[in-house]
Amino acid sequence: MAEKTTTNIEATPPTGKTLATREENRYMVPPVDIYETENALAVIVDLPGVHKDGVDIRVDQDILTIKGKIRYKPPKDLIRGEFGLLDFFRQFQLSDEVDQEKITAESKNGVLTITLPKAEKAQPRLVKVKVG
Amino acid sequence: MGTWSLDFISDMEKMRREMDRFLGEFGSSNWTFPFSKTSFLPGRGAREYPLLNIGEDNDNFYIDALAPGVDPRTLDVSVTQNQLVISGEKTALLSTVESKAIHRSERSAGQFARSMTLPFDVNSEKVQATYQDGLLKIILPKAEVAKPKQIQVSVT
Repeated sequence: MAEKTTTNIEATPPTGKTLATREENRYMVPPVDIYETENALAVIVDLPGVHKDGVDIRVDQDILTIKGKIRYKPPKDLIRGEFGLLDFFRQFQLSDEVDQEKITAESKNGVLTITLPKAEKAQPRLVKVKVG
Repeated sequence: MGTWSLDFISDMEKMRREMDRFLGEFGSSNWTFPFSKTSFLPGRGAREYPLLNIGEDNDNFYIDALAPGVDPRTLDVSVTQNQLVISGEKTALLSTVESKAIHRSERSAGQFARSMTLPFDVNSEKVQATYQDGLLKIILPKAEVAKPKQIQVSVT
């Protein structure tokens, strides 16, 4: 599964100017693990500080978009600040091997697991040979 | 991690602090911001894990630790006077998967421990810790002696 690295079309208005209000202008790229099983691809994404309701996963024109809205405020009167959080954003190009209708996702402890089942035709089929 | 003595951890912490001072990082309240996309991963570079934001008011310290994907059962917060140790294990989901089936592996995993010295003693009996959405939030009430005192000035 290839990462979509081209500029997000949404984020670049036709005028060439970037709008400050577009959330994709300032975002973080979450680290992912992707592995394959016999029937599916699993995408595991670290989204710390994102509540279940803040996760937005969509597939459009074979592009899987993962967005996470940060719901985190650092403590007031910081005496040590080591991290900041921005909204998460990452895209992947899907192949036609994935059955896009059956994608499921689950969120736990700030980690999102997306399961992309392989399409029927992509799964190896055993052809029985009749002996006649 | 469990077999380490606290002495060992505090020795390591002392050494780390010296290194930090050498590098001019100690006491810096600058935000490491914006940070790279892998900056909260364990095992990447010599970075400490988990990263912490620490705030305080008159009564409490507030510590937030960035630690997604940690099994809450392995999370351990221990406080003695002004020493805080956070330890746990980020679950390695890929350990059960054959390596040839892995397309990407960017999320590091493994055990971690971080200790730090707070500027004041805390009341270790009343420390609260919650883990939600990959963030560990700890509230440490300051010990009575460490709280600022208001002194009434009497006008005669």
